[in-house]
Amino acid sequence: MKTIYFDNNATTKVAEEVLEEMRPLFCELYGNPSSMHTFGGQIGRKIRQARERVAGLLGCEPSEIIFTSCGTESDNTAIKGTLAAVPNKRKIITTRVEHPAVLAVCRELANHGYTVVELGVDKQGRLDWRQLEEQIDDDTAVVTIMYANNETGVVFPIERIVEIVSGKGVVFHTDAVQVVGKMPLNLSKSKIDLLSLSGHKLHGPKGVGVLYVRKGTRISPFMLGGHQEEGRRAGTENVPGIVGLGKACELAAETIEEENSKVKYLRDKLEDAILERCPDCELNGDKDNRLPNTTNISFEYIEGEAILLMLDKYGICASSGSACTSGSLEPSHVLRAMGVPFTAAHGSIRFSLSRYNTEEEVDYTIEKMPEIVNRLRELSPFVAK
Amino acid sequence: MWEYTDKVKEHFFNPHNVGEIEDPDGIGEVGSLACGDALKLTFKLDENGRIRDAKFKTFGCASAIATSSVLTELIKGKTVDEAAKITNKDIADYLGGLPEQKMHCSVMGREALEAAIENYRTGGKKRHELEGRVVCNCFGVTESEIERVIRENNLTTVEDVTNYCKAGGGCGECHGEIEKIIEKTRSVKIREIPSPVPAKGHKLTNIQKIQLVQETINEQIRPALRADGGDIELIDIEGDKVIVAFRGMCAQCRLAEFTMKDVVEAKLREFVTDELFVEEDKESAQEPHNHRG
Repeated sequence: MKTIYFDNNATTKVAEEVLEEMRPLFCELYGNPSSMHTFGGQIGRKIRQARERVAGLLGCEPSEIIFTSCGTESDNTAIKGTLAAVPNKRKIITTRVEHPAVLAVCRELANHGYTVVELGVDKQGRLDWRQLEEQIDDDTAVVTIMYANNETGVVFPIERIVEIVSGKGVVFHTDAVQVVGKMPLNLSKSKIDLLSLSGHKLHGPKGVGVLYVRKGTRISPFMLGGHQEEGRRAGTENVPGIVGLGKACELAAETIEEENSKVKYLRDKLEDAILERCPDCELNGDKDNRLPNTTNISFEYIEGEAILLMLDKYGICASSGSACTSGSLEPSHVLRAMGVPFTAAHGSIRFSLSRYNTEEEVDYTIEKMPEIVNRLRELSPFVAK
Repeated sequence: MWEYTDKVKEHFFNPHNVGEIEDPDGIGEVGSLACGDALKLTFKLDENGRIRDAKFKTFGCASAIATSSVLTELIKGKTVDEAAKITNKDIADYLGGLPEQKMHCSVMGREALEAAIENYRTGGKKRHELEGRVVCNCFGVTESEIERVIRENNLTTVEDVTNYCKAGGGCGECHGEIEKIIEKTRSVKIREIPSPVPAKGHKLTNIQKIQLVQETINEQIRPALRADGGDIELIDIEGDKVIVAFRGMCAQCRLAEFTMKDVVEAKLREFVTDELFVEEDKESAQEPHNHRG
């Protein structure tokens, strides 16, 4: 059975070109870039090139790039590293819909005496950023707000938000894991201080991430040890991962147009057809300000995990905000923050596409989806005969 | 991804007895859209009082649907009295087991069955309603329901209880109360099943040792602690090491902890065996103790 992969916000296929670039770094060019010999030293050039490629995609200086082990590490470093650098400030402002890599860190810090403010969102998942202005005070160390939401794809007006924060002596961090490679960024023109990204979300390998640190931003290192990354992140470099991520960024710069034309077309076709052909379903999230690849739809009277398993039988991979898929008993914190009723949240499905998807795959899913929904509704006690 | 048995998948993809019986003898409805799963069970008896037909409609995940399907299969051909004896464990076992976090699906099946039987026995008048005090407000679970899953499935932790009946899976405010119910239910259970435990001096098997330690704690140690507003819980026994947690004592008690440990140790050595020594559970020791004053 062919796999139809519509779960690209979870992770993506490593591009063949990326794998090719990484391949020699395992058995041939396996040296340590910190070594004095030429064999190791030449690896340093590979890392430098990767750094330049990442900087190219982000529109920043190579020296502003710190390689980490994943998006979660970048988020942790951004928040905790900033707090460590300004020990006299004790307030963090974030949102209720952040990824756990940010939200869990903030909530843990709240247990340790920090003041944490979580900004709310409206029914479309739009941030109430006017609240932000009122919340920033002298005690505020860091504002951390995601660029785009992983579950709904809703994009926050980060450039407008950063204008509110800047000039107030507050560090602004954004988790842009879902955005890099899908939307063009130019950090040289932005006042964003810290930005996290993850390799495996843009057809790079797992186990590598980046924290962008704008020149002049004070941040304490999270990992201590050797002098790697100019002392900002200790630990022997994940060379194949870093090189792979560099290549993935180079490719992304070339394909970003495709994301907003081909991928968006496929997403829209899938979304429109499902909304039209399946009764009692609803789109979650602000239709006008979304990532081009993501759609999140709630199906009334049926439960997400059951839908996923039915899709799985046809080789279609998606994800759900239902409680049953997470092992917890409550549905997605994002949908709940948006005020999506529990009933709809339990039946929510996210499709997230990539440039590797085809129109045939979309058509096949459009054909199967109404069948699956009808079948499960036949079982549901909430559907009248 | 959940590890479902082939039997679960089979009953999810091809569920048996889907639908609603018209003019049923018994009808049971449990759960709700908000809770994330719901089940409506209907059955019809034959002239000999056996369940001739049973049908279900379920909103929920794969295991909820599979559980419902199996439930209808299990009760068909049984008398109402026979069907009433089916436990959630019977349902889960028939499916070759369920993931721990999905055990509440099997409990929902048993609840629906009970509600349907109750409905039948009251001549179709009574619909299922919550009985007793609600402990978990998030999922509307009562004390008697919690006690029951603890008893029937031999549960020991709050997490277990959440897996089996959802109680405590929301805001978490009722965790302390669930802990108390576990303790109460389990101590009753131990007293209910008198087993031949040899007196001190004989060589004990592990099981006997555990029973004897629990008995000693229940009868010799706990009453004294309770009198002071505190409590003790047996966490584990590793060889001769007895790990206990002290509950519900005020901060000052920490100073007295040393002597308290000694008292418990002395009691256990007196009533069980001289080799035993006591340690306080590290996790619970780090938790701030509540002052119940």
